[in-house]
Amino acid sequence: MATTTTKVETFVGKRIRRREDPRLITGTATYVEDIQMPGMHYAVILRSPHAAARIRSIDTKKAESAPGVVCVLLGKETKGVGAVPCGVAMPDLRVPQHTILATDRVYFVGHPVAVVVARDGYLARDAADLIEVDYEVLPAVADPEKALAKGAPAVHPQWPDNIAFTYHQDGGNVDKAFAEADVVVKQRIVSQRLVPMAMETRGVVAEWRNADRQLNLYTSTQIPHLVRTIVAGMLGLEENRTRVIAPEVGGGFGSKLNVYAEEALMGYVSMKIQKPVKWIESRRENFTCTIHGRGHVDFYEIAAKRDGTILGIKLKLIQDVGAYHQLLTPLIPQLSVLMMPGIYNTQNIRADIVGVFTNCVPTDAYRGAGRPEATHGIERMVDMLAAELKMDPAEIRFKNFVAKDKFPYATATGLTYDSGDYAAPLKKALDLVGYAKLRQEQADLRKQGKYMGIGISTYGEICAIGPSPATPAGGWESATVKIEPSGKVTILTGACPHGQGEETTFAQIAADELGVALDDIVVLRGDTAVVQYGIGTFGSRATAVGGTALYYALQDLKAKIKKFGAMLLESEDVTLAGGQVVDNKTGKSKPFQEIAGATYRALKLPPNTEPGLMATRFWEPPNFTFPFGAHIVVTDIDGETGQIRIRRYVAVDDCGNILNPLIVDGQIHGGVAQGLGQALWEQAVYDDNGQLVTGELTDYALPRAHLMPWIESHHTCTPSPVNPLGVKGVGEAGTIGCSPAVVNSVVDALSPLGVRHIDMPLTPEKIWKLLATKNRDVGSRGATK
Amino acid sequence: MIAQKFEYTAPKSLDEALHLLASGAKPLAGGMSLIPMMKLRLASPEHLVDLRTIQDLNFIREAGGQLHIGATASHYEIESSALLRQKCPLLTETAAAIGDVQVRNMGTIGGSVAHADPAADYPAALQALEAKFVLKGAKSERTVSAADFFVDAFATALEPGEILSEVIVPIDDARTGTSYQKMVQPASGFAIVGLAARVRVNAGKVSFVRIGVTGLSNHAYRASGAEKTFEGKTSSPANIQAAAALVAQGVDANSDLHASADFRRHLAVVHAARALKTALSRIA
Repeated sequence: MATTTTKVETFVGKRIRRREDPRLITGTATYVEDIQMPGMHYAVILRSPHAAARIRSIDTKKAESAPGVVCVLLGKETKGVGAVPCGVAMPDLRVPQHTILATDRVYFVGHPVAVVVARDGYLARDAADLIEVDYEVLPAVADPEKALAKGAPAVHPQWPDNIAFTYHQDGGNVDKAFAEADVVVKQRIVSQRLVPMAMETRGVVAEWRNADRQLNLYTSTQIPHLVRTIVAGMLGLEENRTRVIAPEVGGGFGSKLNVYAEEALMGYVSMKIQKPVKWIESRRENFTCTIHGRGHVDFYEIAAKRDGTILGIKLKLIQDVGAYHQLLTPLIPQLSVLMMPGIYNTQNIRADIVGVFTNCVPTDAYRGAGRPEATHGIERMVDMLAAELKMDPAEIRFKNFVAKDKFPYATATGLTYDSGDYAAPLKKALDLVGYAKLRQEQADLRKQGKYMGIGISTYGEICAIGPSPATPAGGWESATVKIEPSGKVTILTGACPHGQGEETTFAQIAADELGVALDDIVVLRGDTAVVQYGIGTFGSRATAVGGTALYYALQDLKAKIKKFGAMLLESEDVTLAGGQVVDNKTGKSKPFQEIAGATYRALKLPPNTEPGLMATRFWEPPNFTFPFGAHIVVTDIDGETGQIRIRRYVAVDDCGNILNPLIVDGQIHGGVAQGLGQALWEQAVYDDNGQLVTGELTDYALPRAHLMPWIESHHTCTPSPVNPLGVKGVGEAGTIGCSPAVVNSVVDALSPLGVRHIDMPLTPEKIWKLLATKNRDVGSRGATK
Repeated sequence: MIAQKFEYTAPKSLDEALHLLASGAKPLAGGMSLIPMMKLRLASPEHLVDLRTIQDLNFIREAGGQLHIGATASHYEIESSALLRQKCPLLTETAAAIGDVQVRNMGTIGGSVAHADPAADYPAALQALEAKFVLKGAKSERTVSAADFFVDAFATALEPGEILSEVIVPIDDARTGTSYQKMVQPASGFAIVGLAARVRVNAGKVSFVRIGVTGLSNHAYRASGAEKTFEGKTSSPANIQAAAALVAQGVDANSDLHASADFRRHLAVVHAARALKTALSRIA
């Protein structure tokens, strides 16, 4: 038997390369598409080419008799399957019946209409072309503001106003704040629809085992346990005979924090044909059928005193819902409202959300989920306020930050910020970028007619989601630690990390706690038959919540190891350190591995102690965590073409304690890339007929490696008091901090022309038009009282 | 993204390929445009003839005082050709500006030119170079000038059954300055506009100028009005600007999500001036 090595070396806080990377880099990881099974069949889904239409008839005869076709299923046959769920409960929420296949009507381009099952994927795809659907095309509406207008086509005929929900929140006395203000600045700000675009599209393999009444469902998901509970319910199966496996997941960014029609549909198909079936989403389907993110039109008002003190904020938020609610759709704009004060000390807010149905694919969580929109709003408004008051954008921020001695800080939106020192990252970022010198350079360049901008964003966000009462499905997380007789360690995490690096960071935590080598630790996730119930990875929660469950499970085992060690050493005063239990009096020690063996051999047991070394903890967090930071972006604008060049990108992020700086850098880089995508390039554009114009990668401008600036990533460290690891979360920080810094920078560059706001993406043509017309009236003007 | 069923042949000789093409097969080179169209089922050829296995189509060589480039020379092969870098740097510069490295490894000059995407990069350079295209059919061979080859968007002088077998460009000595300047469409990597310039100066005056434009209209063209204006003048900034201002004149400009017609016209002028200025600076 191999023996484990004990080391005094510690791992937490070190730049350790990701242990999961070799299989990813060498192409040996197993994704859903890689799964092969004997007798496996293939499904292709026929989808609506129209955004709104009545289905008059569907003729499947030709498809059914096509070579290799086993069956063609329509909505009328799957009526018994439960609806695709919305996981959010709200008083006046309108929830349309979201069947897994359309029945008499389609509501968006890509709406599933039929499924063709054949013995190979090529034959299934060919047969799908043979299905004849007679559509009566109806008027569609794809723009949420147009959908709210009188006389707009009704997405769902039963709700002619297209309102999916409304939500109101008041904090403090906003009317008084605005009445007392010296200045009020108003602006309409759009946060455009984005396509999350995981590199791996969605995919499902369903395997029904009739003899066991067991469904095995392989799906590319961030939340296997929740998918199991919900899909079992939709199909009327037993939860303990439904096994959901998320194999390698090639990116989710929130788009796989969901339960999709295809997951239940493939289960249904496998039960019907009594064979395993595979469905892999095409890129085109990924564009039109997997959730989109953002989709806000926000109307902001900010009230302040002449000295820059912010008194209150009002927000009217129009959320483009799409045709249906997916799992968390109505929750996302509420996250925006929670974060609308940013990290500024104002106690007066008012927010009104109206969720609007459109004939588009639903929106839902996409990296940042509501917080990028909120941060973009407040950070743009603060810059506009500074411009109105002729204040420096850094100065107005320092003036309004919640002071570091005010924590825990209760916000006007009902949150309690755990810890913070908001001035620290801004000070550091200003020093790093050389702010005063840059402003001088900018003044010189302006004299030469050149456009250079400096943009600041100081963001706060809400992570470690979250306390169960504040989440739709439980906000705790689970961990099991098993120490085998040889001393090898297996961690089962309910958090289902899928690329965030917890196979490394969780091993670092366990290695330090137990005093063993990283190589002695395995982290398992993503299989409901292997791992105890868990919630999943989203909202920058896996380490802050799942890691804490792991930490407590390790404490349980450490106590037990010490008990056994004390028994074996015949001592009452022992310490566990460096992989040894040491008698504090005599200095005699027993290695960890020997004790592990003794707990299983069980020749002798300490009093009231069971054999074995395994512990499971479910940890309920008492609060969210609230990371923060400052991003500064320096841009140069080509005055002839409107092209924006990012000269400097300085990110100072405070995510609490850092377990692995390499992984944190990676999260910041990836987050910033997606933030830049929104700021500069990406937009899901629907035309008036509800056709997705940017439905291919040749039109949807995803950020590319060669377009990335050098990101100067730095940190301050304010540990969180919410969990014993002191960590906050960093998965979304880069995205949240990025877009307002970019837009503020470009607006700053063009401010001599009177430009005060530009909506994203900042395409060269938009910039050129501003330069060409020297437009002094972009958007609605701020009103000074 | 699954194409319809099709036959596939990888012939060893050009004659065999031409024979198959005469019976209605479609040629496949790098597949950078055709394969995505087939996956989207926008194109469904019944029979593909792969030209990449034909040795006779893959070459870059100098002969008879000209440069001959076989149809299946990849963008990367052109970009990295020492011969072209020395004797036709405009073509290497243009090849290096195409798409991304994966596209340049797969895509071919023949495929790109024959496809005649209005936003492709090569056509601008080939117009400025006054390139000649050798078109071969089962029983025919003819040579067509760039001016006659590009007919419309995705339409060329190629007749059914013919393939583009070879591109011929002149040798530019050190007295000729060239440049390709491009505004990139960020999603596709194609040109929103691409401007290729070739200039010579004699006794302080511009003695020769060729300007090729892509991306602006339904097909690449030579901006002859701008050329005429510039020839015989000094290469002063004002004269550059005056010539550049004419490149979009009388052109029905393309318009799409990435650039309106007005913006494209403006970009063409800006990039023409940049291409002329850079080309002039490169004259030895």
